[in-house]
Amino acid sequence: MSGDTTFHHGDPGTDAAPIVAMRDIEKHFGNIIALAGVSFDIRPGECHCLLGDNGAGKSTFIKTMSGVHKPTKGEILLEGRPLSFSSPRDAMEAGIATVYQDLAMIPLMSVTRNFFMGREPTRGKWLFKRMDIERANAVTMDEMRRMGINLRGPDQAVGTLSGGERQTVAIARAVYFGAKVLILDEPTSALGVRQTSNVLATIDRVRKQGVGVVFITHNVRHAMAVGDRFTVLNRGKTLGTARRGAITGNELQDLMAGGQEMASLEGSLGGTV
Amino acid sequence: MADVSPIIEDERLKREGFATKLMKRPELGAVAGFVAITLFFLVTASGTMFTLSGIMNFMTPAAQLGILAIGAALLMIGGEFDLSIGSMVAFSGLVFGAFVVTFGMPLVVAIPATFAIAAAIGVLNGSIVLRTGLPSFIVTLAFLFILRGASLVGLKVATGGSTQLRGVRDAIGDDWLAPLFSGDAFTGLFSWLAEQGVIDRFPSGLPKVPGIPVEILWFVAFALVATYVLLRTPQGNWIFASGGDENAASNSGVPVRRVKISLFVLTACCATLVAVITVIDAGSTDARRGFMKEFEAIIAAVIGGCLLTGGYGSAIGAFFGAIIFGMVTLGLTYTDIDQDWFQVFLGAMLLAAVLFNNFIRKRVTGER
Repeated sequence: MSGDTTFHHGDPGTDAAPIVAMRDIEKHFGNIIALAGVSFDIRPGECHCLLGDNGAGKSTFIKTMSGVHKPTKGEILLEGRPLSFSSPRDAMEAGIATVYQDLAMIPLMSVTRNFFMGREPTRGKWLFKRMDIERANAVTMDEMRRMGINLRGPDQAVGTLSGGERQTVAIARAVYFGAKVLILDEPTSALGVRQTSNVLATIDRVRKQGVGVVFITHNVRHAMAVGDRFTVLNRGKTLGTARRGAITGNELQDLMAGGQEMASLEGSLGGTV
Repeated sequence: MADVSPIIEDERLKREGFATKLMKRPELGAVAGFVAITLFFLVTASGTMFTLSGIMNFMTPAAQLGILAIGAALLMIGGEFDLSIGSMVAFSGLVFGAFVVTFGMPLVVAIPATFAIAAAIGVLNGSIVLRTGLPSFIVTLAFLFILRGASLVGLKVATGGSTQLRGVRDAIGDDWLAPLFSGDAFTGLFSWLAEQGVIDRFPSGLPKVPGIPVEILWFVAFALVATYVLLRTPQGNWIFASGGDENAASNSGVPVRRVKISLFVLTACCATLVAVITVIDAGSTDARRGFMKEFEAIIAAVIGGCLLTGGYGSAIGAFFGAIIFGMVTLGLTYTDIDQDWFQVFLGAMLLAAVLFNNFIRKRVTGER
């Protein structure tokens, strides 16, 4: 898989209003400036890749977007209205769901129990209020099938799934519970080739449902495979946003690493990076 | 399970056999152990062990332990330990005894008041664990000593120097609430069965077993309710989630703190229930009540399939774990085997259960 198109891209168009827009976000931790003016927006049905090397500020930025950190300066607009999240819960209720690397999945519990964890469907009243297992199982099997995963059964433990399948369960859960924006924190970093393409296919499916996907990665090839737009972060600043087709993989790679050093490194490594 | 659309077959998925499905039940080990132990005693023990009176004989201590074990199991699934339950039995016994004897309260006041104090100690235990982030093992170990010591001192104060508080029976008299917590149930049925010659009777015509001791009924009912809550309610899901991964659970909106504190309250209340039953039954309370019961309860829970790391286990497993415990404790007296083998037996069983659980966990999570 190189920079060529692997998936069909939706055309979100420049006219679609962004669901979330972040303007000139700054975040300081004491005297450390983690973010020094980052602008970013996400439109429905697009996959916006956020690229950056380690320490570029990717994690701080998405934590700001998902309500974990409050920005020191700058504004967040949700569907045009200014907004400030005081907790991740606020962001979740506003429809911004984050799938972290550690996934918030419990390996010993079944897929169904994980899927509905904290949001169990119930039936009956008062003392007889119980978990609607049949419905939960049916929904889980259905959603997983739509994402292209055949479970042995809804009671299969999450621990028996592969890393890519776990990512997919986490993504499907977020979408089922009404995410408008899905932030994926390096979903492919720990995965093999096959599993990576499964996750990329999942991103594509989710995008087609009209969800805006923020795909954080430092792997340019994964970004080129599904991205509609690309924003590069370097040393706490955005180096600009490019639309698909307006930039090549090599250019992105250079931007991420700060061109100069990369070129000399590549020379000594014989172009293997 | 209601299937909404036909399952697309995947050639890589082998059909799951009945045995594999069975393997995934956390209580499998306990049920298998129960069958094995029953067979063992059927062969080695004298026939009296499995007569009706023999069964009641080992089921009564099993039930008292089992009530504690099920509480301990739920807390373990929720990812915490409570080492103070044994001492809590003594402490609640003292509180209850003092309420009834010293203050002359009727049971309808004394029992809820005792439970309220126990619940407060449960909240205290839980809050310290959650506030400080210390392992519950250490925090409740402290309470093991604090409550045991407080029971001793309290008894001396209440009785004027003795470590035993007597006179509970007289103080209770024929309180209308007493039958719920003491004596035997279904006595009418049992004497009728004896008259019909279905069960053994004394020459006088009275049945040898007057009824089912109430603690056995409490034990069975509690096991059923706990299983229902664990497997069929959102709260049960929260217990598994809190024990499986605290962070993941709270990120997904599970009220982890509330769940854990409720579980600490539950174990304290289980200890109190056992205290009330045994104090009324014996008519007195002393500071050694519930000694070592915290370990026995945890052993029964582990035999029942609970993982020490939390997030996995079952109430039915703890139910069978407690029965196994009761059978082994009393069963050896029915055999020619030296009773002192009891602890060796128990330790070996605990070890076998832990190894088995570990193996099962690896199967379930697909670890290799």
